Amino acid sequence: MSAVIDDHGHADHAHGPAKGLMRWVLTTNHKDIGTLYLWFAFCMFLLGGSFAMVIRAELFQPGLQIVQPEFFNQMTTMHGLVMVFGAVMPAFVGLANWMIPLMVGAPDMALPRMNNFSFWLLPAAFLLLVSTLFTPGGGPNFGWTFYAPLSTTYAPESVTFFIFAIHLMGISSIMGAINVVATILNLRAPGMTLMKMPLFVWTWLITAFLLIAVMPVLAGCVTMMLMDIHFGTSFFSAAGGGDPVLFQHVFWFFGHPEVYIMILPAFGAVSQIIPTFARKPLFGYTSMVYATASIAFLSFIVWAHHMFVVGIPLVGELFFMYATMLIAVPTGVKVFNWASTMWQGSMTFETPMLFAVAFVILFSIGGFSGLMLAIAPADFQYQDTYFVVAHFHYVLVPGAIFGIFASAYYWLPKWTGHMYDETLGKLHFWLSFVGMNLTFFPMHFVGLAGMPRRIPDYNLQFADFNMVSSIGAFMFGATQIFFLFIVIKTIRGGAPAPAKPWDGAEGLEWSVPSPAPYHTFTTPPEVK
Amino acid sequence: MADSISLKKLVTRLLLVVVAMFVFGFALVPIYDVMCKAFGINGKTGGQYAGEQVVDTSRQVRVQFLSTNTADMPWDFYPKHDELTANPGAVNEMVFIARNPTDKPMSAQAVPSIAPSNAAAFFHKTECFCFTQQVLQPGEQIEMPVRFIVDRDMPKEVKHLTLSYTLFDITARHPPVAVNTGG
Ligand code: HEM
Ligand SMILES: [Cu+2]
Repeated sequence: MSAVIDDHGHADHAHGPAKGLMRWVLTTNHKDIGTLYLWFAFCMFLLGGSFAMVIRAELFQPGLQIVQPEFFNQMTTMHGLVMVFGAVMPAFVGLANWMIPLMVGAPDMALPRMNNFSFWLLPAAFLLLVSTLFTPGGGPNFGWTFYAPLSTTYAPESVTFFIFAIHLMGISSIMGAINVVATILNLRAPGMTLMKMPLFVWTWLITAFLLIAVMPVLAGCVTMMLMDIHFGTSFFSAAGGGDPVLFQHVFWFFGHPEVYIMILPAFGAVSQIIPTFARKPLFGYTSMVYATASIAFLSFIVWAHHMFVVGIPLVGELFFMYATMLIAVPTGVKVFNWASTMWQGSMTFETPMLFAVAFVILFSIGGFSGLMLAIAPADFQYQDTYFVVAHFHYVLVPGAIFGIFASAYYWLPKWTGHMYDETLGKLHFWLSFVGMNLTFFPMHFVGLAGMPRRIPDYNLQFADFNMVSSIGAFMFGATQIFFLFIVIKTIRGGAPAPAKPWDGAEGLEWSVPSPAPYHTFTTPPEVK
Repeated sequence: MADSISLKKLVTRLLLVVVAMFVFGFALVPIYDVMCKAFGINGKTGGQYAGEQVVDTSRQVRVQFLSTNTADMPWDFYPKHDELTANPGAVNEMVFIARNPTDKPMSAQAVPSIAPSNAAAFFHKTECFCFTQQVLQPGEQIEMPVRFIVDRDMPKEVKHLTLSYTLFDITARHPPVAVNTGG
């Protein structure tokens, strides 16, 4: 129990945090837990990033130089798993923990103790997952999509630990999502109707429902793997009457909504930031809410666009092709609304805004390559090439990750009570911007020319572009150490931040002092 | 909020959704099988066919045979002939040969597949070694027949079919008994 009753506290902010390490182990405070999630996500970002550095170092030149193919496979697999489940998702949960109670005027998350538990499952899960790299048979080597039978019949021994780690992450995500829904639906301040909620809260509400719907399917999927491996069932084994293609259906039924789980909260954050620095209210608030909801709905009926080449019938190809293209409509509505918000605004380009504007532009590039991939006959050629890698990195790096950076700079003054160093922030942005484009833009070209993904060697014709990609990747990677420096510098000092450091900002989170006191909104604010 | 339900009720409902979705994940297995049968997806063929059809002498379909071993499956496994020409409605037969060259008894399971997949629903096996498992003693060889009817309603554009078998080693799961159960 961490709740300490301080009987000679002041009426309002009765007590501060407990002292020492146990504060973090036992905390049920949403700000503490948000901080834990964010730091954990950043550590995983660096770990997953260092795996990516190994990949890019090996691909710097054609031929095998640095690592064995077996280890290369483990690197691509672990990079994907750590980034998706360890970096992006926990970072958004951290932002949700910190900001949702502040934005809806709640004193804390609805289920504070479950909150503590769902965080602490994550370090356990990742310790388990990463430790497999040191086992004799090696860690998971079947890609982050872990297709059967690669991940069942032909998997290394450590696959059982991988399955258990996925279970833990799934339980953590589900509990986090339930907490978010409960907080938003039950703890809003009086007057905060659903349609007055900030968009970040809206997108997180919808994301939480997606998580509740698909994380159990992922759990079922790995459970079936576990049973195939250890209990003699044949869900995915053709020899026993099962079907490996079934694996792909189950996985992508989870997998496609999952990619939206990683982007919707970023949509929300950008929808907070752009109006602030354009000094205009968000254009088309209602349409934003409906667009998000329809994206979430559509994400359940497009999964087979990842499986165009497995041999689905023509009607199936057409259905999934058109359904996928349909997603571009609500996505387009969002991009249009962001652009309209900026139109004729009095814009300034502080670091959060730089990241947000880059988000809109670069995410759209990823959306366009997605549309190309959605054309079933074209995808027959693109499938499993670097073009797919270019696509999803354009939606995930300047999409999800830039969304997280933008949020971090935007709310750092609220979290730490200090302004970050604007010059350093801008430098971080420009280095990241150049680095990521150098890394991922050439991948479109080598992909279209046929370079396969997940292979440690490649044809000579791809050499130059790969070298550019690797240089960009080293630059992007090093830049993120610089980000760590900026954040630490901001925590330790800097110009004191006023309660509302951005003059165009709106919302309850700016009505509390900076840094936000340990307890806020113990008496609910009145929302007009 | 006045209209919000109690926390306990909300969390219970959300947990029910979680459980339902977990079950749904497993329900995808039978749903998938039904879909595959209904649409002939993945070239999955049906079970044993009991019907009879009138022979359509006006039309001919080329049927090719393929055999594949999965990795680590040491058996020799091949069809007697590479292809035959079939009239829709007529019963045809092809014999596959399997030999266990190892010095241990082994069991195997053959899994059939039809290409193009939209023809799968129109390809009926009246008898097939894939309906059972094969057990072979060391050095033993057997001939295994498959009898089939190409449906008269097979889409007109299909002039050419491939029936392929993949042979799996299932010795670990179905330890072989000493006697040969035959095709
Ligand atoms: C307009 C929106 C989008 C469309 C039309 C689209 C379409 C596609 C298609 C057709 C593929 C399959 C390519 C193949 O394997 O051959 C694909 C792959 C992928 N997409 Fe998207 N996508 C869109 C947005 C997004 C977003 C927003 C994200 C995540 C934030 C995302 C993440 C991914 C990932 C991770 C993969 C690759 C999965 C893998 O095979 O490892 N996509 N996309
Ligand atoms: Cu998808």
